[in-house]
Amino acid sequence: MTREQQVLDRIERMRRRKPVVREERITLAHGAGGKATQTLIEAVFLEAFRNPMLAPLDDGALVRLGDGPVAFTTDSYVVSPLFFPGGDIGDLAVNGTVNDLAMCGARPVHLSAGFILEEGFPVADLRRITASMAAAAERAQVTIVTGDTKVVQRGKADGCYVTTAGVGVVEEPVTLSASGARPGDAVIVSGPIGAHGAAIMLARDDFGIEAPITSDTAPLHGIVAELIKALPRHVRTLRDATRGGVATVLNEVARASEVAVVLDEERIPVRPEVTGVCELLGLDPLYVACEGRFVAVVDGEHAGQALDTLRAHPLGADAAIAGTVTADPPGLVLLRTAFGGTRVVDVLVGDPLPRIC
Amino acid sequence: MRFVDEYRDAGRARALAGRIAESCRPGRRYTFMEVCGGHTHTIYKHGLEDHLPSEVSLVHGPGCPVCVIPMGRVDDAIHIARQPDVIMTSFGDMMRVPGGSGSFLDAKAAGADIRMVYSPLDALKIARANPDRRVVFMAIGFETTAPSTAMTVLRAAAEGLGNFSVFCNHVMIIPAVKAILDSPDLRLDGFIGPGHVSAVIGCRPYEFIARDYRKPLVVAGFEPLDILTSVHMLLGQLAEGRCEVENQYARVVPWDGNRIALSAMGQVMRLRPHFEWRGLGFIAHSALAMAGEYAAFDAERVFDLPGLRVADPKSCQCGEVLKGVLKPWECKVFGTACTPETPIGTCMVSSEGACAAYYNFGRFSREQMSAAAREQEASRP
Repeated sequence: MTREQQVLDRIERMRRRKPVVREERITLAHGAGGKATQTLIEAVFLEAFRNPMLAPLDDGALVRLGDGPVAFTTDSYVVSPLFFPGGDIGDLAVNGTVNDLAMCGARPVHLSAGFILEEGFPVADLRRITASMAAAAERAQVTIVTGDTKVVQRGKADGCYVTTAGVGVVEEPVTLSASGARPGDAVIVSGPIGAHGAAIMLARDDFGIEAPITSDTAPLHGIVAELIKALPRHVRTLRDATRGGVATVLNEVARASEVAVVLDEERIPVRPEVTGVCELLGLDPLYVACEGRFVAVVDGEHAGQALDTLRAHPLGADAAIAGTVTADPPGLVLLRTAFGGTRVVDVLVGDPLPRIC
Repeated sequence: MRFVDEYRDAGRARALAGRIAESCRPGRRYTFMEVCGGHTHTIYKHGLEDHLPSEVSLVHGPGCPVCVIPMGRVDDAIHIARQPDVIMTSFGDMMRVPGGSGSFLDAKAAGADIRMVYSPLDALKIARANPDRRVVFMAIGFETTAPSTAMTVLRAAAEGLGNFSVFCNHVMIIPAVKAILDSPDLRLDGFIGPGHVSAVIGCRPYEFIARDYRKPLVVAGFEPLDILTSVHMLLGQLAEGRCEVENQYARVVPWDGNRIALSAMGQVMRLRPHFEWRGLGFIAHSALAMAGEYAAFDAERVFDLPGLRVADPKSCQCGEVLKGVLKPWECKVFGTACTPETPIGTCMVSSEGACAAYYNFGRFSREQMSAAAREQEASRP
């Protein structure tokens, strides 16, 4: 073994150690979905609440209530700006929770909605948000059955925060987990990635860049149900690629399943305008958030059928097989670049920071 | 995407890789330094080394703006940011750079008002919108970013803005390259010259490298084919026994540089007698300070700074990495004590830093990499 390889092996061992929060205070990196978030969740929340239903850290938990398994999940929304091309915090809050339930293989049924409002927030804006929540709930065929409201002093919140929780029923007996990927499996991306994150960045208007990009926010339970119906025994993992993007989700899969994921850059669907914005800002679309795209790991032998099923649905028209699962090197995501090289795709520490030149 | 895709074409890369392999004399090894961190980033991001024969190795130079910021300057900037009436503004790269006691990100979490900007003009905008606050721009970077700082100060002066100042940490590439050339522990066969810096300073300032040090230099663009082409040009010079400054990036870099940018820098800034570089120590005439006429915009004069020199952590070998003496993974603390989550040295902070680039993108031996790629190729639907 070469000396370089010894160093690399030592690093991989280090990376498997129990995570420790070293910071004395919460920084924005802890909320960005990357390594800092992962560390915070594992070292603080999982440490305090540890139980078998929470431990897999999937998008939602499967719990038993009465006869069958029920999927249960929650998510908070603090997006800024509240209104952006393609959506607003309201439909985001409904679709996000619907999607987390869908990723557990469940049919979403009921949602709760909690609002934290800042003193002075316009009631007209709140009506606009609730109207789009109602429309999103109707589209996803879920009902918002309970809620809560708090108002905090001016300056103690940024306008409006929404928290939704949801329950769904699991009708098809499927086993979905980030730890289910096996060598030979195919990695499918359900559509062009990065549109939500790019739309939000442009909507903040910090850059003076204009591009026709709208958020991809959409409920995914319908397309997921089609996929599961077509291949009940061959779907291993479903993850919606929200914060941290496709790269972060696949790293979770590689780590939990102890496999490698090898992506093919040329096959990852990205709209040219999203690629363009990312080029200008020095960002990688693989890390940019989606709110209506998911990654499916399916048995390689049935990848073609899975792809056909997804493409037959309006939300999956541009779905693509973006990569495959291999045995080696376990825990890593690799990318075959369009330029003909190969590199690691790691989890970012915090937000992708733009390069200065 | 036009103007980008044509410089990332795998077919042209393979053809060029063939020509590069043919240009190598069997048994001879070639070591080239890419001076600029932007090049380092491109090399790793595109997996460019997969196209190079084993005879050619690239070492990563000191041209990463945040990598060369000494810890004491970060502490000074945090000291300014902690003043209650101050808004500190900074490029995103700078946010995680560790000083003697934490980074901008930590100071922000502890209550300092530190905001990320994409351009110094954004800092000016913040100053106009907050007349009761003092707004400071943390100016870092080589000749690439110095002109935009200078233009911003000129505009602030024209507007008579009294609440804006610049904490100037601009450095210059030529003294750093000279320090590396004078360093005894390094044997280089040539340089891949920085493209963006050269768009400002032109190609003439490098002529001494070819003339006095007998090393070829090719100014290169930032797309992967630009870099491969430059490697081919360097090998061509060596094969023909030439030693020249060549410009591969003529679509952007004029031979004589950008006179307007240079004159704005000359008007607003002056040369410092010496400046500390992280890992490289003090280098004479290597950095810029605000000129006396613009003292009102000079944060070093507006604020009372501790100005303490903080020694680099003993375990940190950023200096050797910046000089190309050590590969990132050869550093004692690489990837164990020093990671992107907990950087000890600055090379681990910016995605342009050699260590972060290697850790994030290249943390994998080329042999294993190509084995996994072959396995994937075989299983393609």
